[in-house]
Formats: sequence, structure tokens, C-alpha cells
Amino acid sequence: MQALYAQLLVGLINGSFYALLSLGLAVIFGMLNIINFAHGALYMMGAFVAYFLLNVMGIGYWPALIIAPIVVGIFGMILERTMLQWLSGLDHLYGLLLTFGLALIIQGVFQNYFGSSGLPYSIPDELKGGMNLGFMYLPIYRGWVVIFSLIVCFGTWYLIERTRLGAYLRAATENPALVRAFGVNVPRMITLTYGLGVGLAALAGVLSAPINQVRPLMGENVIIVVFAVVVIGGMGSIMGSIITGFALGVIEGLTKYFYPEASNTVVFVLMVLVLLVKPTGLTGRAA
Amino acid sequence: MTAMTDDSIPVTPRAIHDEMIAFGIMTAALLIVPLTGIYPFFVMQALCFALLACAFNLLIGYGGLLSFGHAMFLGTAGYVSGHALKVWGLPPELGILAGTGAAAGLAVITGLVAIRRQGIYFAMITLALSQLLYFIYLQVPFTHGEDGIQGIPQGHLFGIFNLANPTILYYVVLAGFLFGFLLIFRTINSPFGEVLKAIRENEPRAISLGYKTDQYKLLAYILSGTLAGLAGALKVFVAQNASLTDVEVGMSGQIVLMTLVGGLGTVFGPVFGAFVIVAMQQYLSGLGQWVTVIQGAVFVVCVLTFRRGVVGEIAHFFRRSL
Repeated sequence: MQALYAQLLVGLINGSFYALLSLGLAVIFGMLNIINFAHGALYMMGAFVAYFLLNVMGIGYWPALIIAPIVVGIFGMILERTMLQWLSGLDHLYGLLLTFGLALIIQGVFQNYFGSSGLPYSIPDELKGGMNLGFMYLPIYRGWVVIFSLIVCFGTWYLIERTRLGAYLRAATENPALVRAFGVNVPRMITLTYGLGVGLAALAGVLSAPINQVRPLMGENVIIVVFAVVVIGGMGSIMGSIITGFALGVIEGLTKYFYPEASNTVVFVLMVLVLLVKPTGLTGRAA
Repeated sequence: MTAMTDDSIPVTPRAIHDEMIAFGIMTAALLIVPLTGIYPFFVMQALCFALLACAFNLLIGYGGLLSFGHAMFLGTAGYVSGHALKVWGLPPELGILAGTGAAAGLAVITGLVAIRRQGIYFAMITLALSQLLYFIYLQVPFTHGEDGIQGIPQGHLFGIFNLANPTILYYVVLAGFLFGFLLIFRTINSPFGEVLKAIRENEPRAISLGYKTDQYKLLAYILSGTLAGLAGALKVFVAQNASLTDVEVGMSGQIVLMTLVGGLGTVFGPVFGAFVIVAMQQYLSGLGQWVTVIQGAVFVVCVLTFRRGVVGEIAHFFRRSL
């Protein structure tokens, strides 16, 4: 049973990353109509920024949790201003191709300087050690990742669904021309939205650094799984992305326990099944 | 959903006359390659990728479907052909048939799943499906995991042509490429091709005209996957191995890049693009990971500045159809 709980925890942690990443993808897609293929590369950048902060400037985990998403978010906003904005009005596919190219560039540069092996990033002192819960041993850092991700996910949900800024954002997603007519600076909102989505990816990167190590290709496979998550969940609803992300992480964890050979493929198989039964995705509307 | 405008994938007015002349020039040039002293293995490899890119272009350029998983056909055909030749000891013609057939079967199965969504979702689904295949090939025993199938025998085609001879192999690969190219050329100029273009331009209208668009898309997908498989089967004879590299996402990305550089929706663009990208890899191989960076930069520059691709821009400038 110990092993089962341990795999469930791993599943919840991966689920946190899937949720944070698919949430960012959905927010970006809503405003920019772009599927951000560079999301995995920016997730990796988040982890690397945390690594540099610690090893070059001596800035620890807690400040990095805030600084890394801001740094990567600004980098993302520069990308949006200089490149992505020129794609508005074009076929969606061009956005996918452009961001795929960006992902190749970013990952290639990091691979050149850091190879493919992982760089260690240690757990902050406050979160070291573990707790005995009676039925299992819980490493504190892992519990922290799950709880903190949940808080960030629901914070983002609240921001978009329950605040005035979020209302502007949702309105601009539906009808940008009309929202502009009301005097809202829509292009700036689009830039900030991209920064927000990218910042969430970077945050996931910082959270995963102590668990998965810091590797130039750490986002390469994750982004494809997250694409499958997005196909399964649909991009229509924020809450849908969060729930699907966590649920698929847990299912993956359970598969690791019961049938480890399929743990790499289970999400893709589920995607096929969902497409056969409900092609629009579990929460999505017809596109 | 936004209507397709002038800014979507470019449509060039077509004139079969121009294309025939260009086809004649291309064929003549390819026929004399072995006499020129150009390294034949480079051209053979480029021809395999050219067929692959043409097959991919049939889907995106004429059907409006971006497949981000075309490497799965390349890899599947490669593994099945390689296994048939090496382990079962089949002659080359049956080996090619087995690989191409396997890719066709894969196209039927994945097509039924993928065509359920359009546009951006289609791209993500094909990507996920190819990743699923990647993990399967990583685990099943006949692919030999990370090692791949090595030292695949080339044998004698129809018992006569010795494929270990580079010149003979070259003309066999060229014949395979021309067969695939002409089949695609015929397809896009057929009534079927016209319906495909109509679906790309405006699917709801095509449906309202009574076309069962899903069937057209599925058929195009199967044809594309099968011809990509043929390219994969031919590549086995050139490279004499089949490995995981051919199933990876990076490979699918390269196929997209070749077509984008040459020109989406142009007849000759994918061929041009394939030669450019294969040459680039050949000459820049000393640069290691910087090749990836350069490829990424080419993607970015293509999308931002010349979306018609090289051949598409030339055709546009001279108001010709290529």
C-alpha cells in the first residue's frame, strides 16, 4: 500500500504541473488564438532562472518563486510584442509553427551550454524532511508543491472568473473590437495575458526544479502530454483545465502502480478514447 | 471560428502548363545526378524526405490539415520494412510493400481518431498520437529499443537489380519518388483534389453542398500517410537502419519545416525544402546543437517574413504556378 500512496503522490505532483501548464495554455489560447508550443521551453526557463538565482546571485528558493515567473513573464511579453502580435488575423496554425520554432531555439541554446544532463537544485531548508502520516511517509516538499499549485490554480481561476480585470479579459476573448470601443487597451491586455500564462509555466518550472532536476529538455515531453490534456479537457473552461490536469496526473500515477509499462502512454490512450466518445473534449464546446 | 481570408495558407492560381515544364526540368536534373559526381547518398536521402514532405503537403496545402505527427508513418514503415527484410528475409519489393502497408493501416486507425477535430486540435492530436507510437516502439522488442534495427540487407529487387550498387539504388529510389510525386500531382488535379481545396477554404459550405467532408479528409489522410510510409520504406534501403530518431517529434517538426521553407500548398516547394534542409544538416553537422537553433530560427523567419515559402514567393513574383 505504501507504494500505491507514493505513486498517487507522484501523480498529484505531475498533475499540479499539468494543471498549471494547461491553465496557461488555455488562457493564452483564449486571448491570442495561439497554441503556445514554447510553453515547455518556458517552463524549463523558469527552472533555469531559479538555478541561476541560487548559484550566481545567491538568491534562494522563496524569492525565486516570485522572481523567476516575473523574469520569464517579461521575456514572454517581449516575444509577444516583437513576434507573436504580427500573427493576429492569420490562420491559427502559424502561431503553432512560430512558437515551435521558438521552442527549438530556446531549448537548443540551453542544450549547447548545459548539455542534456540534469543540474541539481536543493530543497529549501524549511521544506526538508517528511512527516509520517500513519499510512504513508510524506516528504514535506512534495506536499507543499501540491498545495501551493492548488492555491495558484484557484487564484488564477478567481482572477479570471470573479474580478473586474478578469471580466475585461473574458469580454476581450469574446469580442476584442467591442471591448476596444469601450476604451480598454486590448493589445496591452493581450501582452499581459501572454506574460501571465508564461509566468504560470515558469512557476511550474521552479516548483519542479528540486524534484526533477534542471534539464534543458525537461519541458520537451511534458508539453506533448499537456497538449493531450488540453485535447481531453477542452480549452473552453478554466476550471476544466485545472480538474483535468490533476485528474490525469493521478490516473498516470495509478497506472505506474498497477501497470507500469503503460504509464508513459496512458494519457494518450485516454485522449483517443475521449475523442472516440466525445470529440469536443470533456468540458469543451464545439470549435 | 474565423473565416479563411487572404492571410490564411496562400492559394496560388494553378496552371498545369507551368507545372509540366517544371516537372520535366526536375526529372531531367534528377536523372543525370549519378553522372555529375554529386554524392548519391545525399540525393537519395533528400529524395526520401522530399516524398515525405510532398505527402505531408497534400494534407496541409490542399486539405488544410496540419499533421504534427507525420514521423509516425516514416518510422513505422521503416521498422516494418527493416524487420521484414532482416528477420523474415523477404525480398526488397515485398519489404517495401510490407512497410508501406503498415503505414497505410496506421493511417486508417489514427485517421479515424484525428479527423474528429479540425485546425489546431488536429495538430495536437496527431502530435500526441505519434508520441504514443514513440513510447510503444521504445518498449516492444522487435524495434530493439534505443539501438534500432541495424545492418538491414538491401538484396536484389525482383531478383535482378542489386540494390547494394549505389547507382541502381539511386534509380530505384528516384522511381519510387516520381511514382509518389505523380500520384499526389494527379490527386490535387482531380475532382477529389478540388473538393479537398473546397473543404480547406470553407468546410461548412462544402458540407452544405452535400459533400461528406469527413470521408474526403480521411481519404486524403490515408493517402498522405501511405505515401509517407513509402518514403520510410525507401529510406531503409538508403540508411540500412531503422531507429527511434525517425519516430521522434523532432522529425515531425523537420517535415513541417521542409514544407514551410519550400512553400505550403505549392507542388514543388516540399521537394525544394527537403533538399535545403537535408543539405543544411549535412553541412552544419559539425555545429552540434546549434543546428536545432538554426532550424528554429528558420521557422521563425519563415512564419514572420515569407509565409509563401521560397518556391511560393518565386511563383508569386513571376505570376506562375509551381
